[in-house]
Amino acid sequence: MLISMNWIRDFVDLDGLDTNELIHKFSLSTAEVENEIFYKGSDVFGVVCAEIVSVENHPDSKKLHLLKVDAGDGKLTDVVCGAPNVRVGMKTAFAKVGAKLGEISISPRDLAGYTSCGMCCSEKELGISDDHSGIMELDACVENGTDVKEIFDIDDVVFEVDNKSLTNRPDLWGHYGIAREFAALAGRELKALECADLSEYDSLPCVDMKIEDGLCRRYSCIRFENITKNVSPANMRIRLYYCGMRAINLLADLTNYVMLEIRQPMPAFDSRKVESIRIRRFDNPFDFKTLDGVERHIDENTLMICNGDIPVAIAGIMGGLDSEIVEDTTSLVLESANFDCVSVRKSSARLSHRTDASMRYEKSLDPEMTVTAAGRFLKLLRDWDPGVRVTSRLTDEYPAPFDKVSLEFDKSFVDKYTGIEISNERIVKTLVSLGFKVENEGDSFRVDVPTWRATKDVTMKADIIEEITRIYGYDNFEVNTAAAPLYPVRPFEEKSDEELIKDILVKSFFLHEVHSYIWAYSDELRKLGIEVEKNVRLRNATNPNIETLRRSMIPTQLCQVNQNTSYAPEFGIFEIGRVIDGLDENNMCRESKKLAITLFSKVQDTEKLYFKLIEMIATLTDSIKHRRPAFAKKSADHAYIHPKNCNDVICGGRNIGVIGVVHPAVAANIDKKAAVVFAEIDIAEFCAVEDAGISYAETSKYPSVDVDLTFICDRFAPIAAAIDASGSKLIRAYRVVDVYTDGEKKSISVRIEFNAGDRTLQRDEVMKVADSVIDALAAQGIALKS
Amino acid sequence: MNSQILELKGKLEERLAQIKGADDLESVRVAFLGKNGEITGLLKKMGSLAAEERKSFGQAVNELKGFATQRIAAKTAELRDAEMRRMLEATPEFDVSVPAEPRHGSYHPITLVQRQCENVFRSMGFTVEDYSEVVTDYECFESLNIPKFHPARDMQDTYYLENGQLLKSQTSAAQNAIYRKYRDALVNDGKPIRAIFPGRCFRNESTDACHENTFFQMEGVMVDKNISISNLIFFMKTMLSEVFQKDIKVRLRPGFFPFVEPGFELDISCLICGGEGCPSCKHSGWLELCPCGMIHPNVLREGGIDPDEYTGFAFGLGLTRLAMMKYGIKDIRDLNGASLTDLEQFAEDK
Repeated sequence: MLISMNWIRDFVDLDGLDTNELIHKFSLSTAEVENEIFYKGSDVFGVVCAEIVSVENHPDSKKLHLLKVDAGDGKLTDVVCGAPNVRVGMKTAFAKVGAKLGEISISPRDLAGYTSCGMCCSEKELGISDDHSGIMELDACVENGTDVKEIFDIDDVVFEVDNKSLTNRPDLWGHYGIAREFAALAGRELKALECADLSEYDSLPCVDMKIEDGLCRRYSCIRFENITKNVSPANMRIRLYYCGMRAINLLADLTNYVMLEIRQPMPAFDSRKVESIRIRRFDNPFDFKTLDGVERHIDENTLMICNGDIPVAIAGIMGGLDSEIVEDTTSLVLESANFDCVSVRKSSARLSHRTDASMRYEKSLDPEMTVTAAGRFLKLLRDWDPGVRVTSRLTDEYPAPFDKVSLEFDKSFVDKYTGIEISNERIVKTLVSLGFKVENEGDSFRVDVPTWRATKDVTMKADIIEEITRIYGYDNFEVNTAAAPLYPVRPFEEKSDEELIKDILVKSFFLHEVHSYIWAYSDELRKLGIEVEKNVRLRNATNPNIETLRRSMIPTQLCQVNQNTSYAPEFGIFEIGRVIDGLDENNMCRESKKLAITLFSKVQDTEKLYFKLIEMIATLTDSIKHRRPAFAKKSADHAYIHPKNCNDVICGGRNIGVIGVVHPAVAANIDKKAAVVFAEIDIAEFCAVEDAGISYAETSKYPSVDVDLTFICDRFAPIAAAIDASGSKLIRAYRVVDVYTDGEKKSISVRIEFNAGDRTLQRDEVMKVADSVIDALAAQGIALKS
Repeated sequence: MNSQILELKGKLEERLAQIKGADDLESVRVAFLGKNGEITGLLKKMGSLAAEERKSFGQAVNELKGFATQRIAAKTAELRDAEMRRMLEATPEFDVSVPAEPRHGSYHPITLVQRQCENVFRSMGFTVEDYSEVVTDYECFESLNIPKFHPARDMQDTYYLENGQLLKSQTSAAQNAIYRKYRDALVNDGKPIRAIFPGRCFRNESTDACHENTFFQMEGVMVDKNISISNLIFFMKTMLSEVFQKDIKVRLRPGFFPFVEPGFELDISCLICGGEGCPSCKHSGWLELCPCGMIHPNVLREGGIDPDEYTGFAFGLGLTRLAMMKYGIKDIRDLNGASLTDLEQFAEDK
């Protein structure tokens, strides 16, 4: 919203104060001001009132005229002018030689063979409107030579307030409310708004008006006639223009002017079209043409203003084309009403039509303003067009006033919230300057919140703190640390595990951490031949591609790998992210956090890459849980997984995730020659694995005895688990030294290191333990090779 | 007999003068000092000598033996030195001008920035919390004093799910759960609530270089008796100075967020120009960084905390924005883009 400082000065005397400084203060204490401040008129000077004394047509041009003008300097000046509206006796704005208009400097110059010593100006050239149809006509009584800046408020400082920062401040949607803030910040008095006294028309008949719907909080209206003027005063038009509105005609301009001044939207209807006002909704939808000429669909939730049964306006949003004020309107019904803010907001959203009016109503305007606004309108209208006649009394229905808000608090409350000392006098002064009524006794305060702040903004004690502190100025706060007892801060385990996982994968295995989206990108997946699996969907995705949430991060990572195939012949990526596995029995999403790893290689075969991945998983469990993982066969439950090579990862008795080889059909879509393998580990399960801890054992002073044993068994016989289970304390370590696979059988050689720690083992003793291991393995179907 | 010794000595000298290498030297040693060597042979002869000769002969042979041993040892050392010299000479000087190829994986820039922030807050006694991405309407709005039809819901176009849940549009969605988690420790043990909760947020908007539908924030809260605006400014200034590793000026402006009262927009002095004014701060000298405020009484109440007894502040830092500022990332979409050429550059950052 654009704010004119001239307008503000109508209501508060800011003489002797630095305007920029005040605007800066306003920005820090009230609402955000955009960086650029406009100094209107600062690039206009040397433009005076001049009278056209003679007009001759240019001999060679149909458009140009040769003028002699009297600019009040005791001589006649020759001017060549192309404006169509020149005539003898007309007074206009004249830029003399030496004048400046924005980028243009006026000097004598030749125009079609004649010298022109100056320029007659249009309003657009003066920067006070976008009217460029002809030169500006000044009042006949203005003396020649008078600087136009003395006649019109061309000089002004205009700044823009960010509308977003006004969401909670309905009172600031007009200049008067802003002026109140300036008055409070400057410590000056806010002047009362001059309004016509409407009570003198109380004896006149009412307007036929009836509220038939609870969405209308208040409806006030009044009828005028005998409006003789059509064009608004120049200064009013300039202000409207500076504040971003086009001047239209007197009545339309006035309604806009009052809205920009005291934020009350005021549609005016032509009296000939609106006789009995009804405010209601319609059961059946219909189309309605608004005054911008657009046909709009009105449904059963939209509140309408009607003439009898005929809709004439969308309440709080926009009037209809048929009842609009037109050139020949001389009598009107002026509406000054208040509607339910949510209803206006939703209707305007439904119609995709936000107007200056709806923007204000949806902030919850003060319904007390309707009568003031009508009085202000009449005052302004009569100042300009004194012959206007009021033909009805102010007709006012007010079914839904807001509750009055009174708050009580004491000084200690303010002290506690602010942490600094603000005196009672200062509290009172600040609140009074903002329009609050304050009773203060000792350290107790009782305040009545002004109606313009009580519609939603200030409802409780904490709101008062903001009023006091923002005017006090946050820059003036003394800052202090808080006194609080200290306790150790323990990170939750999942967090520390996650950080370790990231460190190990990055530092030991050179993987790259990536981020991705929580939904499945259907078109990306389709490129790889992966179908999006059914899952919870977004209700309002604007992009149909991202409608379904992902069940697993692996398909996402395959897309990411696919996008990076030219990055390096071999690489790996990982992410700790979230997946949604459908809904639970309470209809809530089953969300879990996963670690996903995908490895891609054009230089290693799939089996080597798979064992690389296994090594990574083993390193993670070993480093973080001090345990080795085991891998159990799992049937591939997704189409993108290799049917044979997919394994559950077991650690500490828990199934912590799955590893697998990507189905060759999918892998081929990524790269025909590459191997692609993945792991998806459940973070909660991983974290729940009990940490076996470091069990330190002194390096034995006695030599170990190594025994090599070769076994024959099924390919997938879990030999490590069997050795672990044999439970001999003399087994220090073991490792596989050779594997030979033949069909479904394999021969596997294991070197077992025996050590007692406190003595040199005798061969007999070692052989006894070895025999017991052999027996234990034999019981599992793992036979010693003879 | 002496002539025999002298002859042998001469022979040894002669032989040593022509030594070819270590093997040759060894054969010399064997020839003179070995079991069947010539010097050993002389000693063996001793038995056949008369007693009076034996003493002087023995002495002379032993002297010869000592002499030979020492000479051979000296020669050995000489040969070793020569060998070492030869080896050193044969070793090429390595060409270190060939560029080194460091090998590293990479962290996501968000991880790096998040870790830096977490460390700062942890050092000031804040716990680091985690929260789900799918939340309820209650968590994201109702519990935060944003009732249905509140205009604040316009500001964030939220992704709603079929089942009525939603993707959290702000990390504030975790506030209620945090209050409930620590409420008892606050009320019964007097332990202030100090927590940060980084997390991923979602907004239903179309993406461009400055807008993403998926981004990271980090929320922080502190609740105790007598937490004040003055404390809020202190903590924000201190923590942000740590995060940016320079002395940051902060200023507050009124800002409207339903879950705080009073609410503020916090600006920091421009990191580029330090407040002088430059293009990146649009010549204002300030950067709008994070919304914050005193926790709204209704929000505390929803979290089971009596607002008449306790006050607190809350703030929300845009981690994604912070990462972009810190590393000069111009297009926000690069963060979720998974281009390894981009991401591999973020190896480590303390």
